Amino acid sequence: MAAEKCVYMDYTAGKPVDARVIEAMLPYMKSAYGNPASLHSFGEEPRKALDKARAEISTLINAERKETVVFTSGATESNNMAIKGVAYRNKDRGTHIITSSIEHMSVINPCKFLKTRGFDATFLPVDGYGTVNLEALEKALTEKTILVSIMYANGEIGTIQPIEEISKIVHKKNAYLHVDATAANGQVLIDVRKEGIDLLTLSSNDVYGPKAIGALYMKNGTRLEPLIHGGGQERGLRSGTENVASIVGFGKAAELAKAEMKTESQRLVKMRDRLIKGLLDSIPYSFLNGHPTQRLPDNAAVRFSFIEGESMLLSLDMLGVGASSGSACTTKTLEPSHVLMAIGLKHEEAHGSLLFTLGRQNTEEEVDYVVSIMPDIVKRLRVISPLTPKELKL
Amino acid sequence: MYTEKVMELFRNPHNMGEIPDADGIGTVGNPVCGDLMTIYIKVKDNRLEEVKFKTFGCGAAIATSSMVTDLAKGKTLEEALKITRADVANELGGLPPVKMHCSNLAADALHVAIEDYHKKHGEEAKK
Repeated sequence: MAAEKCVYMDYTAGKPVDARVIEAMLPYMKSAYGNPASLHSFGEEPRKALDKARAEISTLINAERKETVVFTSGATESNNMAIKGVAYRNKDRGTHIITSSIEHMSVINPCKFLKTRGFDATFLPVDGYGTVNLEALEKALTEKTILVSIMYANGEIGTIQPIEEISKIVHKKNAYLHVDATAANGQVLIDVRKEGIDLLTLSSNDVYGPKAIGALYMKNGTRLEPLIHGGGQERGLRSGTENVASIVGFGKAAELAKAEMKTESQRLVKMRDRLIKGLLDSIPYSFLNGHPTQRLPDNAAVRFSFIEGESMLLSLDMLGVGASSGSACTTKTLEPSHVLMAIGLKHEEAHGSLLFTLGRQNTEEEVDYVVSIMPDIVKRLRVISPLTPKELKL
Repeated sequence: MYTEKVMELFRNPHNMGEIPDADGIGTVGNPVCGDLMTIYIKVKDNRLEEVKFKTFGCGAAIATSSMVTDLAKGKTLEEALKITRADVANELGGLPPVKMHCSNLAADALHVAIEDYHKKHGEEAKK
């Protein structure tokens, strides 16, 4: 589209790589190309770079030592590794796994897969804000439960979970707590020791690092079966020659996130609230999805009655704005998002959802621009829709 | 993702609105699957004198609704019943595969509107 404006508000779907990160990565593609496993001096620099990146990531999440961080190909692999790895390795202790109904598909589907392999999985309900029901968690835990997997925050509705409380409940029994922090990392300070997290999934792009690199934090002593067997890299937990340049980028991105997160998150919260308030104030029958305060700084998830998300996205795109929707039409499944259904929305409400996720390049002017164009977009589509009540059609 | 024709009709749909004294009304889809279309027809001398639509749905749903009203207008009822989903998609220069099923309901809505007309006006209206 040849729109004059160019406003990107889909940071959860993909982020640009920080220029300083790219700078840090380049030498590991050009000159320091050796294999970190090699004995000779060509392997020395990449080996040191791996160590440094590992240290930066463990510092970001306050891990006890850097060896607790294992690099993977991204959050999907980390989630698979945590869930299937713990299940396989601990099935002598129990075969029950607990997760929530609003997890990412890379958590939900491994759990469903394990159900076909002799394990039990409980999918906990959430309330209307998307907060996990702690009583249900307590009730679901049994002597057979080996793992509880709950996300730190949900990228689609922004809601942050009470991880510390969840951890206390989980650890009353002999289960591990795995936390998918893909959406939260880089926006909120995560402290695996203070919050009592045994396994933590991290993704690089979510902290402005390159895509397709991630990590799994595993508390010292966590028993886990590797999924990828081979040359024994990553202490045998994840074989395959390390993606050194991307790992270096991830490390640099983590270092920058640590230094800049606080200021940047405050800026995002201000813009987020301005966007949410601007939209809800100017458009009738509009609502916030997710928790009003326990919410990711970048996340403005809203819904508009009587119209459908994709047609809003197209309209926004024609005016130069890139956003996202929880609508079926934008995905291959044609089902409304499982997250929006789990928080109790009706199908037609879920279909009318729109997701703006903010990031480093957004400005207050861009927020105001979106707020200024949305009322007419919504109004036009409501005129076309047969569901709109007469008094709104004007 | 969409052809220029789809986008054009999404931006400026033809024949959008209701016909208050319609001779036939057809609604297909439901809000559950994300697409709901209503077609209104006005019949004179066995021809579709006026065809209008209201649609809740994605860009493809709005464009197919608009397209079917253009295709049907001026046709006899028998001709209009021969308009298929494929005709609508072809006239739009194609639709993404995922949209072929769920959002390409406009031809069905037209057929339901014509059935509704027959029901309301009995056999003599067919003449």
